[in-house]
Amino acid sequence: MADDAILQLRGVSKRFGAHAAVTGLDLDVHRGAFFSVLGPSGCGKTTTLRMIAGFETPDQGEILLNGSRIDALPPYRRNVNTVFQNYALFPHLTVRGNVEFGLRRMGRAGIEEKVRTVLEQVRLGDKASRMPAQLSGGERQRVALARALALEPDVLLLDEPLSALDPQLRKQVRAELKDLQRRIGVTFLFITHDQEEALSMSDRIAVMNRGMVEQVGTPEEVYRRPKTRFVASFLGAMNWIGGVGVRPEALTISREANPQGRRGVVVGSVFLGSAVHVEARLDSGEICTAQVAHDAATLRAGEAVSIGWSAADELRFE
Amino acid sequence: MRRLRRLFLAPAAALLAVTLAAPLVIVCLYSLMTRGAYGGVERPFTLENYTRFWDPLYGAILLRSSWIAAVATLLCLALAFPLALFIARSGQKKNLYLSLVILPFWTSFLIRTYAWMFLLRDTGLINTLLQSMGLIHEPLPLLYNNGAVILGLVYGFLPFMVLPLYATLERMDPSLAEASSDLGARPLQTLWRVTLPLCAPGIRAGSILVFVPCLGTYLTSDLLGGSKTILIGNLVQNQFTTARDWPFGAAASLALMAVAMVLLLAARRQGEEML
Amino acid sequence: MNKRLLPLYVVAAYAFLHVPLLILAVFSFNASKFTVWEGFSLHWYAALAQDRDLIDAAANSLIIAVVATALATVCGTLAAYALWKRASGWISGSLYLSLVTPEIVTGVSLLAFFQWTFRFLNLRLGMHTVILAHVGFSLAYVVVVVLARLRTFDPALEEAAMDLGATEFTAFRAVTVPYLAPAVAAAAMLAFTVSIDDYVITSLVAGVDSQTLPMVIYALARRGVSPMLNAVSTIIVAGLGALVLLSERLRAK
Repeated sequence: MADDAILQLRGVSKRFGAHAAVTGLDLDVHRGAFFSVLGPSGCGKTTTLRMIAGFETPDQGEILLNGSRIDALPPYRRNVNTVFQNYALFPHLTVRGNVEFGLRRMGRAGIEEKVRTVLEQVRLGDKASRMPAQLSGGERQRVALARALALEPDVLLLDEPLSALDPQLRKQVRAELKDLQRRIGVTFLFITHDQEEALSMSDRIAVMNRGMVEQVGTPEEVYRRPKTRFVASFLGAMNWIGGVGVRPEALTISREANPQGRRGVVVGSVFLGSAVHVEARLDSGEICTAQVAHDAATLRAGEAVSIGWSAADELRFE
Repeated sequence: MRRLRRLFLAPAAALLAVTLAAPLVIVCLYSLMTRGAYGGVERPFTLENYTRFWDPLYGAILLRSSWIAAVATLLCLALAFPLALFIARSGQKKNLYLSLVILPFWTSFLIRTYAWMFLLRDTGLINTLLQSMGLIHEPLPLLYNNGAVILGLVYGFLPFMVLPLYATLERMDPSLAEASSDLGARPLQTLWRVTLPLCAPGIRAGSILVFVPCLGTYLTSDLLGGSKTILIGNLVQNQFTTARDWPFGAAASLALMAVAMVLLLAARRQGEEML
Repeated sequence: MNKRLLPLYVVAAYAFLHVPLLILAVFSFNASKFTVWEGFSLHWYAALAQDRDLIDAAANSLIIAVVATALATVCGTLAAYALWKRASGWISGSLYLSLVTPEIVTGVSLLAFFQWTFRFLNLRLGMHTVILAHVGFSLAYVVVVVLARLRTFDPALEEAAMDLGATEFTAFRAVTVPYLAPAVAAAAMLAFTVSIDDYVITSLVAGVDSQTLPMVIYALARRGVSPMLNAVSTIIVAGLGALVLLSERLRAK
């Protein structure tokens, strides 16, 4: 398994003054994968990305690309390229100028051909002579992608690339990015705080919190079998009932009495279009949220209900 | 990355060492030495150059310089404030009005000082006009006195006062004046009790920016002032040229610098860092 | 009350600032050398063209200004970049000091220093000392202007360049310098203006055979009002004024 890892981090740590941004990080990113690093702001994911790109140096540990150490190399000598959060397009150059920037520096031949190919791949072939200021947010992101991909990096780093886009655009771009990655086959390392993004796009996810990785796994693994409370709460919603965690979609709620369930009173409900979230206060005092189908009987506040779930859906942590 | 930065800083650092640091060190040294027979500097180290300032003659020069600089600064303040207020409230034409203030300042200080010579001389425009209108028969002695120097200083440094005042006024929240009015204050009261106090940082900055160069002025007092208007700047220049008493001139320079530094440091506590 | 008085006052204030120079300009076209208008004439401008000393001094001033501006702009821009990357108390403090030191103090200290070095070097005061002095006092102006522009520059752009294979220096050259270009030009014009106009410092370190334009103007002003002075003043004010306007336009970009 380790042979297939194109990027490896071993025991990487980084402090900024008194603040430990990253502690003892171990990560294996497989060749050709869409790998996400997910976590709340301040968890260390941006610092990790910057260390891989070369803008920060780890205090301890090693970073290996294709088996060789890169942690001591400057950014321009690593075969790793970054799509910056605000895209960082050179304002004085055209789209073509931006995309061929890295190619010029490395003195490669066939630049024209390369630029054309990569612009086609991101579907910006007809905008090559535009200036960045004339492009929309989505188009600018594609230029940033094209620019980085033109250099055929071993790993492409994406720093929260969707956060600057309109919510409407985000879903569409998610699909496009996933599709692009599959077509080109380049390893993507994707940084985000949005768990929906990570779940929908990734082959594997590393969940980070306070500078450490809490779990690495497929989207299904981290969602269904979280290893820590933090991972359970961070991915999707979670109800904590008597020290046990149950997902809202695993709860059943109805007016009919359920002998194995708990009794409670409806506090309110939120209509989400495709589903309804019903909030209820249990006899034992906790408030939980249950997800019900859109066509279920409408439950009103104050109604007495029974809430149940199957033991298989329980999540317990030490 | 660190090497590049050091390399980039090196030329400026060398220039500063040669044109600022080393000269100041030399001046400090000279101020403690004695005047040579032929105008150079000589060995016996002494504090005499500094004790000479107790002499009422030089004390008078210090006082006169401070007084003239203070009057010029206050006049600048009084004249600049309404102008800055106007520009800050002028909406879209702000930049135009501001450039009209800055523009003359950056052309030529020497020529702007000369312009007042042209106007104020005995045979200058003002006297000629007044005489031709029959209002006076003898030319008025408008030039070569303290008043002319103050006028020249105010003319020269007014933009220096307008800019910081404008900057503070521009940033002021207009709703504060509205609130004051709402609470019953008449326009002049609002000005006095709300606008002016809020303008304090700008007033402080502008006053320092005007006072310090006025204190060390040379050209204005040289061209517009009379033989009685010897200010510190003139004294220093004199010691280094005609009088050939470099040590004393050096001490006078340092005294001037010291006063300027103290004032500037006092005002810098909350200023915007340009550098 | 304020509403009507204020605009009146403002007009008076602007008149105060601009009329003296306008009067100089007007009288530069006066046929007579007295302050009585006797008809339009370009006589004094013609006289300017024939004044050898004046022309030589003007040439000196131009040479000094061009060389000093070039040096100050390059050194100042590089220094501003370095300061932007990481502040240096010493350098910033020194630059601030050079800005606030009264001109007379700068002048005499440079004179004292130069004379002291001449004990070891076989040199005298001349164009080279003037140029060095001018570079010295222009430096801070350049740094202030360029630094202000740098503070609006997104550092991610340089990182992006390095990410794509450019070294630190190449990133600076290919990405940062184009962004700075208008500010550098504005700074150069400012340095040029300050250099052309300097009298106090120049007069102290110039020595006998490097007369500059301000020195000639000063001598003429001292001696008596000469209409030629009005003419040369008008030319200078118009020229520098245009330069400053251009510089402001560039800074506003």
